[in-house]
Amino acid sequence: MRLIAGLTTTERQTGLFLAGLVTLMGAALGIAGRNDLLGYHGLLIVVFGAVIMIALLRNLDAPEPEESRLSEYYDDPIRFGIVLTMVWAVFAMFIGVWVSALLAWPELTFDAAWASFGRLRPVHTTGVIFGFGGNALIATSLHVVQRTSRARLPDQVSPWFVLLGYNLFCLLAVTGYFLGITQSKEYAEPEWYADIWLVIIWVTYFVLYIRTLARRKEPHIYVANWYFMAFILVVAVLHIINNLAVPVSFGSAKAYSAFSGVQDAMTQWWYGHNAVAFFLTAGFLGMMYYYLPKRAERPIYSYRLSIISFWGITFLYLWAGSHHLHYTALPHWVQTLGMTFSIVLLVPSWASAGNALLTLNGAWHKVRDDATLRFMMVAAVFYGLTTFEGSFLAIRAVNSLSHYTDWTVGHVHAGALGWVAMITFGALYTLTPSLWKRERMYSNSLVEVHFWCAVIGTFIYVFAMWNSGIIQGLMWRTYNDSGTLTYSFIESLVAMHPYYIARTVGGLFFLTGAVVGTYNILMTIRHEPRPLRERAETLGADQPLVPGE
Amino acid sequence: MMEISHETLVAIAKSWGLFYFIAMSIGVLIYTFWPRNRKRFARAKLIVLDKEDRPCS
Repeated sequence: MRLIAGLTTTERQTGLFLAGLVTLMGAALGIAGRNDLLGYHGLLIVVFGAVIMIALLRNLDAPEPEESRLSEYYDDPIRFGIVLTMVWAVFAMFIGVWVSALLAWPELTFDAAWASFGRLRPVHTTGVIFGFGGNALIATSLHVVQRTSRARLPDQVSPWFVLLGYNLFCLLAVTGYFLGITQSKEYAEPEWYADIWLVIIWVTYFVLYIRTLARRKEPHIYVANWYFMAFILVVAVLHIINNLAVPVSFGSAKAYSAFSGVQDAMTQWWYGHNAVAFFLTAGFLGMMYYYLPKRAERPIYSYRLSIISFWGITFLYLWAGSHHLHYTALPHWVQTLGMTFSIVLLVPSWASAGNALLTLNGAWHKVRDDATLRFMMVAAVFYGLTTFEGSFLAIRAVNSLSHYTDWTVGHVHAGALGWVAMITFGALYTLTPSLWKRERMYSNSLVEVHFWCAVIGTFIYVFAMWNSGIIQGLMWRTYNDSGTLTYSFIESLVAMHPYYIARTVGGLFFLTGAVVGTYNILMTIRHEPRPLRERAETLGADQPLVPGE
Repeated sequence: MMEISHETLVAIAKSWGLFYFIAMSIGVLIYTFWPRNRKRFARAKLIVLDKEDRPCS
């Protein structure tokens, strides 16, 4: 296998040792938990480790890689990461469509426990956030740090350890939900052993990033790396603290949180909101600050503004989590604190969105012709819209209408589909041709198709949830003359039905786009695009051949 | 052992937290607009557009 041939013999042996260690740990976990659901996960880890060991063993005596590799960037794990990103996207968005269909047609669980809403929903959220988003972040961050530091990754083992280990974590998480393993903390559902594994992976990732930056040939660390560093560092802190727990025994998948009551709720939403802030915002802003100027071929509008908004975002976000707990047992002043910081957050958020859009000023003809750049432009617009909406929803009085309704779901998806996924697709379409040394993507028309599917899907989804959420909120607070509620809960549910169907349609559009994108990326990997002249004959001469020209 | 009351924590958060926030903002602004940093930032801005796709040896 070409990927393994790129490793030196020592690196292959180190990899074999690490995979062996993981296999042994899996076996120990499986034996200790043989009478528990944990046994299945032990087996999964053993299989995962064994597959890597077999792949390495079969190529152990392949010839040494050439010395000349050291004068190139190390991109093999990044290429692998891009493919994994798209695989997770298709899988997790499919589950998303299924989950949304379940709300319209509950019989779609087919009477199977593993397909119940409570299990499928975290499969969707973990799959899109950690599977799709996380792999995209790992791949792009390792690409950006090498380019902006003008330095090769320091070794060839740790990037693989991070990438493969991280995907093992995602697999443990997702399979666990199907089995019924969860600690019931939103976006932090995996149990103690998976959490410990993620800490090991994440520390390795952090050290790898720092080591690459330490080798840099540029005097200044480019701002995109600051965002990626904040993402890695803060996610480590959040993950460790929120998941402090004591397992029932080493043979049990179940653990009990170190926190209880309102402290537990506050810790969870301090984690939850900062997962949005540092996983889904800071990391993807890092992506935006590199790939958007790169694709537009214009430097970022204001470098200084990017620094100010960086510190604004990192500092302010950490205090905003309590807005998830308005009107709860949480002290009133803590709620007010979260609300205030959420409102102030609008300043650095709009500074970033504005900086991105102003970078495009003077390149609007490229935005018109190039769907890849248009992906990133739409992402910046949605980033601006969603952060405005977020600040607005964090106001206690607004929250009294919106909380527990579909408005929240609409808000999250405006961010996740409109911002996170769009900026990722823009980055991947920039990255893929350059990593596989292609002139451009296999098909520019398919990028267009993907773009329009994604935009239409997002709009249908978000409008459906806005409508549904506000109707729901109003129905729940309408009183009649005698001072009792006008509508029963079930009546509000019936009113939601058409919107739930619309939402499924929106999701289906978005999924279709992702499938088209995956096909296009795989074809770019496998084939050289057709030569330009041949295309000119089939297309007609008046159409732009290369976007932006 | 000294007991830290809820009121003490609130008082610290409401007074010193504010000063900490303001000091932090001023620090960032000074760094951003420090004249000596101008050249670094101007150079950093252009790294992205570099066409050469290999590390510096």
